[in-house]
Amino acid sequence: MATELTIQIVTPFGQIFTGEVASCSLPGVEGHFQVLPFHADLVSLLEIGPIKLQLKDNSEKWLASSGGYCEVKDNQLKVIVESAEFAEKIDLKRAQAALKRAQERLKSHDKNIDITRAKMALARALNRIKVAQLSQSLH
Amino acid sequence: MANLREIRKRISSVKSTQQITKAMKMVAAAKLRRAQENILAFRPYAYELRSLIADLSAKVEDQTQVPLMTRRPVKKVLLVVVTADRGLCGAFNSNIVRHAAERINDYPEAEVELFMVGRKGLEFFQHRHVTINGQKINFFNDLAFGDALDLSETILRIYQEQNFDRVEFIYNEFKSAIQQNVIVEQFLPFVPDEEAEKSKEQVDFIYEPDKISILNAVIPKHLHVQVWRILLESNAAEQGARMTAMENATDNAEEMIHDLTIYYNRTRQASITTEISEIVSGAEALKES
Repeated sequence: MATELTIQIVTPFGQIFTGEVASCSLPGVEGHFQVLPFHADLVSLLEIGPIKLQLKDNSEKWLASSGGYCEVKDNQLKVIVESAEFAEKIDLKRAQAALKRAQERLKSHDKNIDITRAKMALARALNRIKVAQLSQSLH
Repeated sequence: MANLREIRKRISSVKSTQQITKAMKMVAAAKLRRAQENILAFRPYAYELRSLIADLSAKVEDQTQVPLMTRRPVKKVLLVVVTADRGLCGAFNSNIVRHAAERINDYPEAEVELFMVGRKGLEFFQHRHVTINGQKINFFNDLAFGDALDLSETILRIYQEQNFDRVEFIYNEFKSAIQQNVIVEQFLPFVPDEEAEKSKEQVDFIYEPDKISILNAVIPKHLHVQVWRILLESNAAEQGARMTAMENATDNAEEMIHDLTIYYNRTRQASITTEISEIVSGAEALKES
């Protein structure tokens, strides 16, 4: 069994990150949790929220992710999510536009609008903005 | 004998058609490459989801707690027919439409409704005696994962709210640029992969929350991926079919231009010969007098 924690982040658009990390914080449905080397085998659902990678050189990387699940086994962490963006790649303007759109949708009383979907879009936009701002304040 | 100007006109019109078909072929080839890249990129994601679901469904004894897996007697069927938005791609659309029409007859006892994906199929079935439950058209040009998500959620909603017992997809599978296969695939209720199930490991995972909730949350995601796969396959197949059709058209145009050019030259020579013989005989006549 490997002694290092390797992580794989997989989305429908391909594998966006793979490598060894010191630890990883994930937005689980039952609360945020951290995965360190030699974590017990686990399958957990993930919510829309930030993912934090602590790299081996102690630097941090943030990603905005929109729900999925993760699997830990033998120091292998697989994060399978519908989307994940590195903080520095997030287009803040687009995220803010998406936020505005979602808010307007929720405000209008049109019956054709799917409330759950609008709420999800809102949560995703908020998460992206939060992660982007967070990484900016760190640098 | 046709006059020369007409033949010239004909040749130039065939030439411009050939330019169009050539360009369409090139565009189709580029789009095909993009579609194939998309297919490759999403494969790892689909694989992970499939193996998790197979693993979980093998461990969950009571499958009645997973509504999307519950089988019922088939009384109401939804056929999702995936065609292209555009024509000029050989038998691509007509194959699907024919299969769909046949498939309806496979359910003599049940009530069958259609969901049309792609404009061409919709145009065909609009004027037939079938119930069209819904449609999604004019999106293949810039196909994105959002489209798959949208379609998948719509179909899940129809399945749950309108009491359908089965949903099937009919689409073209991409074999190669020259070959497409029509596939009829059961979409709902969800059937886990038999083969992946064999590889189930005896690892004691901690499940957070419990297995059934995870399964219920992950199956819709898996279905989104399936729809995305089907749309990508169909799109790749469409571009492949169009590429081949346009290549044939370009070759045919080439042949036509060749034949017409020969015909043009012959006609030109014939007229010159006639003219010469007219002049010569005229001169002869003058000499004699």
